[in-house]
Order: sequence, then C-alpha cells, then structure tokens
Amino acid sequence: MKRNKSGARRLAIDVRHVAVMIGAPTLMGALAGCVQIETPDKPIEINLNINIRQEVVYRLDGDAKKLIEQNSEIF
Amino acid sequence: MGKNVMRMTKWKPTGWALAAVAATAAVALAVPSAMAQRDPAYAAARAAGQIGEQPDGYLGFATTPTPAIRALVQDLNIKRKAAYTASAQSTGSTVEQFAFTSGCNLIAKTKPGEKYQTPGGAWKTRDASPPERDARCP
Repeated sequence: MKRNKSGARRLAIDVRHVAVMIGAPTLMGALAGCVQIETPDKPIEINLNINIRQEVVYRLDGDAKKLIEQNSEIF
Repeated sequence: MGKNVMRMTKWKPTGWALAAVAATAAVALAVPSAMAQRDPAYAAARAAGQIGEQPDGYLGFATTPTPAIRALVQDLNIKRKAAYTASAQSTGSTVEQFAFTSGCNLIAKTKPGEKYQTPGGAWKTRDASPPERDARCP
C-alpha cells in the first residue's frame, strides 16, 4: 500500500520531468523557427458583401418594400 | 458620357422588372394607409442633403453632422436595424441581406435633391436619372 503510493508519486514526477524535457526543446524550436510576417501598410479590407447574392436580394425585395411602406416614419 | 451609355444598356434587360417595381410603388402610393409621418427634424435634414441613404440600408452623413443630427440618425438606424432583424428572421435571411435589399429600395426611392451613397462610397445628389446602385439591386 505504502510502496504503491510512493511509486505512484515517483511516476507522476517522472511524467512531469518528461513533459518538461519534451516541452523545452519544442519551445526552443518554435522560437528559433519564428516566421517573420511583415505588417501591411494598408488596412486589411474584408468585403462582407460576398454574403449577399443577387438571387437573395431578388427574393427579399417584396418583403423589403413591405417593411419600408409599413414603417415609413423610420425610412 | 460613355458611362451613361453603359448604364442605359445595362438597364434595358430589366425594363420589365422596373415597370413592375414602378407599378407596385404606384399601387402602394394610391392606397391610403395609416402611414406615420417622418419626424420634422429628420425630414429637414434629408431635404437639406445633410444625411442620405447608404447602400447597406442605413442612413449616413453626407456632411459632418451636428450632434443633434448625429443622435437623430443613430436613433433611426437602431430602429431600422430592429425592423431588419425581425424581417430577416421571418424570411430566413441575414440582417445584412435584408438591410442591403432595403437599401436598394431606399436609394431607388430617394427624391431629386436628396443624397445617396454610391457603391463606391461617394455621396451623390439624386437627380431625375436613375441612381447609381449596386449591380445586385433588382
């Protein structure tokens, strides 16, 4: 029982050491192999309009007209 | 000049669609309904060209706004977004899709002298000719 407990602890420590040993070179490697990215001088523009297709606009047209008519105070 | 010719050619195939739109609008105008009026301050800012319709379905500032006009537009745009959101849900579309479709209609409905924003982002004053709208507008 006692031996089991200490055995388990030793195993836990070993695992942690192994993790550190594996982790350290990985981290070193990651730092050494840093990819340099140049920041663009122009702002990145994301065109959200790609989500709006003409067929969708045609489908919604009638409902849009109705909404505008029925809420003319805000349009 | 060349641009105008291009535009004319572009509109030709949609002649019937335009006629249908015009007919629908005419019927809508002919039928008297309990339509609420625009707030006088809003109507005045619109008529003065201080604010105008954007392609995205919201109001924008054609000139630097006064705090009062800014507040007015923000309030209207919040109300518009709420209306677009409800309609988007009932039509199974996104708020952006519904707002954009409304923007197509709202720019088409601008009256001569009122401002609207072109797809390129420039503010233009509406005249008698058709407004410059996104190619996806019906």
